[in-house]
Amino acid sequence: MRALGYIYLVAIFAFIFLPVIVLVLFSFQAGRLPVPPFDGPSLKWYAEVLNDRGLMEALRNSLFVALVSSSIALMLGFLAAQGLARVRLPGSVVMRGLLIAPMTVSYLIIALGLLSLFNGLGFRPSLWATGIGHVVINLPLCFAILFAAMGDHQKNAERAARDLGASELQVVALVTAPMLKPALLAAFFLSITFSWDEFIIAFLLTRFDVTLPVEIWSMLRSGLSPATNAIGSLVFLVSIVILIILELTVFRKSKS
Amino acid sequence: MSSIERSERRTAFAFVAPALLWTLAFFLVPFGAMVLLSLAHLEGREIVQAYDLGNYIKIFTDPSLLKGIFVSLEITMTVTVISVLLAWPLAWIIATQVPARYQRLAIMLAVLPFWTSYVVRSYAWALVLGQNGVLMQWLIGIGLLDAPIQIMATRAATIIGFVHFFVMLLTLTIYANLIQLSPNYARAAADLGASGWQTLRLVILPLTLPGIMTGAFLTFVLCIGDYITPQILGGNNELSMPQLIMLQLGRRGDFPMASALSVVLMALVTLAYAATARWLKMDRV
Repeated sequence: MRALGYIYLVAIFAFIFLPVIVLVLFSFQAGRLPVPPFDGPSLKWYAEVLNDRGLMEALRNSLFVALVSSSIALMLGFLAAQGLARVRLPGSVVMRGLLIAPMTVSYLIIALGLLSLFNGLGFRPSLWATGIGHVVINLPLCFAILFAAMGDHQKNAERAARDLGASELQVVALVTAPMLKPALLAAFFLSITFSWDEFIIAFLLTRFDVTLPVEIWSMLRSGLSPATNAIGSLVFLVSIVILIILELTVFRKSKS
Repeated sequence: MSSIERSERRTAFAFVAPALLWTLAFFLVPFGAMVLLSLAHLEGREIVQAYDLGNYIKIFTDPSLLKGIFVSLEITMTVTVISVLLAWPLAWIIATQVPARYQRLAIMLAVLPFWTSYVVRSYAWALVLGQNGVLMQWLIGIGLLDAPIQIMATRAATIIGFVHFFVMLLTLTIYANLIQLSPNYARAAADLGASGWQTLRLVILPLTLPGIMTGAFLTFVLCIGDYITPQILGGNNELSMPQLIMLQLGRRGDFPMASALSVVLMALVTLAYAATARWLKMDRV
């Protein structure tokens, strides 16, 4: 039984890792096509993508949209969770439902809705429009994570601080935020990941300044190339490094 | 109600208001605008509001549009079923057969490809499945095939790409469910004379229904609304709903029809939610 289990484990891990291995391996291809036989290793495609103006511009745009939209989503989500966790408001179930609702709607529909609204108002597609869309998809996530992390324990500490004369701002900055640090960081980095990787909203709501996934998409149109492997592998590497740093700092500490 | 309570409530509401306003302005209002637009028509290059159901009637009578609904539903159902069947054993093996201190590592490895970009992941599958790709060369190399067979630009390629992604997602939700189960369930079943297989099928499996259903619902929502995977891997031989929506937007500029198709897509997701709602525990994942 145990042996059978391990065989299954190996087989399914092979399936899960196959595209990643192919992606990374053929980013070191020397020839023009990322298909066997492998004739590398060569770093020329990495040099090419790092010198590609459009690609690096898109990378900066993506970073900008991800940071701004995640910060706004985190702030709005934090305030909402703080408000709803504190007292029982009339209609709090409806409010919670409304805040969570965008999570169950396809990104394509959110994008199309925003496109109809912006067209109607005469707003041009831009990185800002994309950022607005990314706040819409990340706000429910931030709210849900932070709302789940708020407990009586923290409510009591806040009440104590207030009784001792702390202002509302001091309570939030000196008591609530430090107590919720792991949840805040988790929500923030998840939001950054989702925004950074999001395609359809960015595709429909940007025109001249595009984000990285949109730029990669247009690279695909010109056919298979090890350059696409190289930029894909670089993005993967950066994500893994961030993940390891988070795992070793934030989450290790929060467990102990 | 005391005045302190009232001021507490006012403060709390002031905290919630910005998020509510944002959701209202950039989610509910746009959605309303889209529904309104779905009742209009494209005449020449102009969009004319008609407040009728013409687009919806067309979706259900025009074979090329109606087919999109079935293509999307078939792909999504197939993907959901295959992904659950592959992910459950994986989650179970990690939760019960892998030593406790390696479990976190095993789960992190099982979802590692999540951290590649979504567009790039579909592209990587195109490399694997192509005519000259790794898979065909390997199958020919070991003598299983004489010549490459066509997988790219077929439904099979779309399904493989999707299953890869959703096996990772479902493994997470099912694993999260499995490790919350007390070992006493299995012990009690064994004490009462159940065999290992009976325990698994009659006790453990039903207890993981919330994890399965939560993952399956997420799979359904994400799969049926995805444009990238069918476009890159499936090609243009048969079009899923998101591909049809993008086609209306792009080449035809038919914004009202794209909106109507989106409303239908949304209705399908709502139906899936209604069907799985009693098992869903979204807050646990």
